[in-house]
Amino acid sequence: MVAVAEGTLRRTPLYDEHRRLGARLVDFAGWEMPVQYAGIRAEHEAVRTRAGLFDVSHMGEVAFRGPDAERALQRLLTRDVSRLERGQAGYAAVCLESGGTVDDVIAYRREEDFLVVVNAANREKDLAHFRRHTSDLDVEISDETEEWALLALQGPASEEILQRFVGRDLSTLGRYRFVREEVGGAPAIVSRTGYTGEDGFEIFVSPRDAPSLWRRLIEAGAAPAGLGARDTLRLEAGMCLYGNELDEETTPLEAGISFAVHLDKEEEFVGRQALRRQREEGLRKKLVGFELEGRGIARHGYPVAAGGEEVGVVTSGTMSPTLNRAIGMAYVPPDLEDGLAVIIRGRPVPARIVPLPFYRRGR
Amino acid sequence: MPEIPQDLQYTRTHEWVRIEDGTATVGITDHAQEELGDVVFVELPEPGSSVEAGEPFGTIESVKAVSDLYSPVSGEVAEVNRTLEESPERVNEDPYGEGWLIRVRISGQPDLLSPEEYASRLEEEE
Repeated sequence: MVAVAEGTLRRTPLYDEHRRLGARLVDFAGWEMPVQYAGIRAEHEAVRTRAGLFDVSHMGEVAFRGPDAERALQRLLTRDVSRLERGQAGYAAVCLESGGTVDDVIAYRREEDFLVVVNAANREKDLAHFRRHTSDLDVEISDETEEWALLALQGPASEEILQRFVGRDLSTLGRYRFVREEVGGAPAIVSRTGYTGEDGFEIFVSPRDAPSLWRRLIEAGAAPAGLGARDTLRLEAGMCLYGNELDEETTPLEAGISFAVHLDKEEEFVGRQALRRQREEGLRKKLVGFELEGRGIARHGYPVAAGGEEVGVVTSGTMSPTLNRAIGMAYVPPDLEDGLAVIIRGRPVPARIVPLPFYRRGR
Repeated sequence: MPEIPQDLQYTRTHEWVRIEDGTATVGITDHAQEELGDVVFVELPEPGSSVEAGEPFGTIESVKAVSDLYSPVSGEVAEVNRTLEESPERVNEDPYGEGWLIRVRISGQPDLLSPEEYASRLEEEE
């Protein structure tokens, strides 16, 4: 992957593949990324029923090395990193002292160090935050984004497809576990993680090996899928998207990802005091899932009303391709149970709060 | 290249118009449906309401985005395509046929593009 001059969009090692497949490309966090190939619905369905292949090479990879690598992450992440075994990954938030969320990340504990996958749009902000809070520690924090291409193979057929390229029995690889493994002869990290609500793998390979692996996985039956389908899939699965559900004004507790917040871990972490206080005093807002009961589609930023008053805001919304209903997530007052409406272009459309996720695989 | 039927007229905002006996049937072009992607919702005016040339008369939503629909003509809405309430994907499948949006009884002289003019506009946009 080659860095390009300022003012132009960065391209992943798979850019030529996307062009060849006729993808519609858009500016996404400064990267020229495929939003769709065949169509969002078709790609979404491919992931739910068979397998889809995403280029997520724009995501940032940051390595933490040195004697204090674990201490650094204990301080920076809400998760108790000491409980991660080698070959295990964990979802975590990065917080400000205020408890607001800097980013949501996945930390991989490798043999000798950690790799942290961060959101493309937050990479530089994260690096500055990481360094600012660890300057007293013996840790080397390096941006390895350009050293990795990242492919996400997602869907019920993904194990069967990937198995054709891997010597090891993949059925023994548990969720949120990863291995160093050759994939089709190329050195890779194979991780059983994803962002679609399906079984699947994320495959880290060198940029040089990425195009041929991409082509071979498609030949083996994976449908190329773009950022459009990635968004409808993650929304059905009730997963947060940074910039929508998460931002610096929102804590991970409010966003409903408290499973990634280990308030009682031994080391102090940035934001813990604020989060403890919030836990004691109660949340100012909570993230809920809703279904529209009237016609229309809720979108990011639309106001939410209850009792004739504006009480919240939609963070994400779409027509769910799997459920064929207009669904969304919104921040509302923590005690609100029902009687809400989404204001769609000035018109209140009744909505019903429903449990998250909207979709769970195997149902 | 998107399909541009020769027997229709067009707008700069990618609607098409078929005028027969003072009534205009209105839809969005093949190019527009392709740009939008999967259409999941169409909001149309009630029959009897009036529309103004160049003004929004409804909205169309795809999985990713919401867009305004602009009326190519002024007049009174005579009919709306109710099929789209249940099957908005018709707009993608058959934009010039079953995916039509509204029929308008025209008042005044509409200012529309010929197929050639619309095609050259599309080329300029490329």
